[in-house]
Amino acid sequence: MAERLIELRNIKKSYGSVYALGGVDLHVDKGEVLGLVGDNGAGKSTLIKILAGAVRPTSGDILVRGKPVHGWNAARSREAGIETVFQDRALAVQQSIVRNIFMGNEIANRFGFLDVEKEVAEAQRLMREIGFTSKVFTPHSIVGQLSGGERQGVAIARSIYREADLIILDEPTTALSLTETNKVFHFVRQVRASGRSILFIGHNIHHVYDIADRFVVMDRGRVALQTSKAEMSSAEDLIRFMEQTAHPTPAEAAQGAA
Amino acid sequence: MSDTIQGPTAMAANPTSKQPWRHPQDHPLRRFISHNRASLGSLVVLVVMMAIFIAANPTVFTSWTLYASVFTTLPVAIFLTVPLVFIVTVGEIDLSFPATMGFAAWMFALLVQAGFPPIVGLVAAVITGAALGAFVGALVVYLNLSSLIATLGMNFVVRGVILIFTEGKLISLSSLGDTWLYAAFSSDIFGLPVQMLWAIAFTIFAVYLYGRHRFGAHVHIVGDNPDSAAQMGINVKMVRVQSFIFVGVGAALAGVFSTMINFTWWPTAGDGYLLPVLASVFVGGTPTWGGIGTVVGGAIGATTVSFIQTGIVGVGLSGFYVQFFNGLIIILSLVGHRWNQIRYR
Repeated sequence: MAERLIELRNIKKSYGSVYALGGVDLHVDKGEVLGLVGDNGAGKSTLIKILAGAVRPTSGDILVRGKPVHGWNAARSREAGIETVFQDRALAVQQSIVRNIFMGNEIANRFGFLDVEKEVAEAQRLMREIGFTSKVFTPHSIVGQLSGGERQGVAIARSIYREADLIILDEPTTALSLTETNKVFHFVRQVRASGRSILFIGHNIHHVYDIADRFVVMDRGRVALQTSKAEMSSAEDLIRFMEQTAHPTPAEAAQGAA
Repeated sequence: MSDTIQGPTAMAANPTSKQPWRHPQDHPLRRFISHNRASLGSLVVLVVMMAIFIAANPTVFTSWTLYASVFTTLPVAIFLTVPLVFIVTVGEIDLSFPATMGFAAWMFALLVQAGFPPIVGLVAAVITGAALGAFVGALVVYLNLSSLIATLGMNFVVRGVILIFTEGKLISLSSLGDTWLYAAFSSDIFGLPVQMLWAIAFTIFAVYLYGRHRFGAHVHIVGDNPDSAAQMGINVKMVRVQSFIFVGVGAALAGVFSTMINFTWWPTAGDGYLLPVLASVFVGGTPTWGGIGTVVGGAIGATTVSFIQTGIVGVGLSGFYVQFFNGLIIILSLVGHRWNQIRYR
């Protein structure tokens, strides 16, 4: 059996009397891509924030490599190797690729002066590792000159430099063209090949189906379905299931209640 | 940009090429130009302007006297302009530096007048400047005020304090000329005012701080995308306050140099620098929106602005033309930089 990286057990989160998460069980194994889908308000964002340590769960356990972690917060999340890439505000677009990759973690001597050569060499190594190489730009290129998919590549390279074992990609392909989406998929596969894990959140079920090994469908604060690619013959299966959970027919609703 | 990523197939398609492909930007000269467009543009403005001056009045503009006179006061402007490039890059503005300059120089003048060695006065002035910068910065950052208005207010408050306590009286420091500090900071070497060398040294230090130091990198990132900076663990507020402190230190140095040049401290010291120094930052090629900028460009901008005044009179126009051409050159350089600067979002 694959090695468990992160496991959430019966995670609940309530805001006052409103439950954002009503007991979520979820795990990510080493070297897998887990696709997380669900409608708006299903609790995906709350779940990401809990994983990142930005939001404390009301109750429940978080296990890292099988060991329960107490006092879960942003620092513990980083120690556990979790990095979140938010689609909109991840990068400083007027800066070079190098400066973005080492943002907040610059390679410098003890007086704080940067070792630019070392940073460039390291950036090239990271970019090669995720298959993010090009004849058009160098590590000195300005991020603003890159396309949407390539920008995701910079953010992913940065996560790897920050020693991430689990990279959470929050809607990385939203608003991207087909070519750009394929670039992101290419990076994701390279990251998986290196033994790291990815939690891929997306609105486009076809995208998630194409890239993920397993799927978690969330609905109204609960996990409605956990399944693997082997059990789903196509993206349509997944979509049909989601539609049924969101709008059950009277017969199904009665069955669910019973 | 559709085929910029080499997928596994693209890599396999070209396995035999022994010569590694070199990116055009890898050429050092090409990279130098593309990375220094703004400061090179500022240099072009300066060179063209000087060429016009020299053509208009060759006798005046080939004599060293004119340059020596500009180089006497230019360092003061450089000590003010260079740190302002940092504050504009970090996404703020500081209009309180003239009063900080006056206040820090006041401390210098008081200590020298009281008989302390000038070096003690210099250190005290720098500490005062840093403290005022920290105070202004903390006000803006921690109370979340608009830096434009808050620093304008602080400029009046600090200047007001000076005027209340001195009742407008100047401090004359005629003994200053005999000290080693004066010799080191304000004498001439082969006709070149020695403070010019200090200003160049300060600029070189600032270039490394801006482009090759963790602080400079954080200044760029915070000015570019503070959300992202905070998410990556950069202390955004601290970086902003530190930028204000750097402006305070620069203003203190400017104040001490200005006092040493004149052997006198005036309660109005620094007032005349507000607008020319602000103009210098932008004439130098630093855009207003933050995230990018150029220290060398700022120093060149300060040089341009300093030469405008002398130049207009030097070519034989009356002093009434100074303001008009001052403004014209500022606008023309902004138009030039506008065409040169691309804002990525």
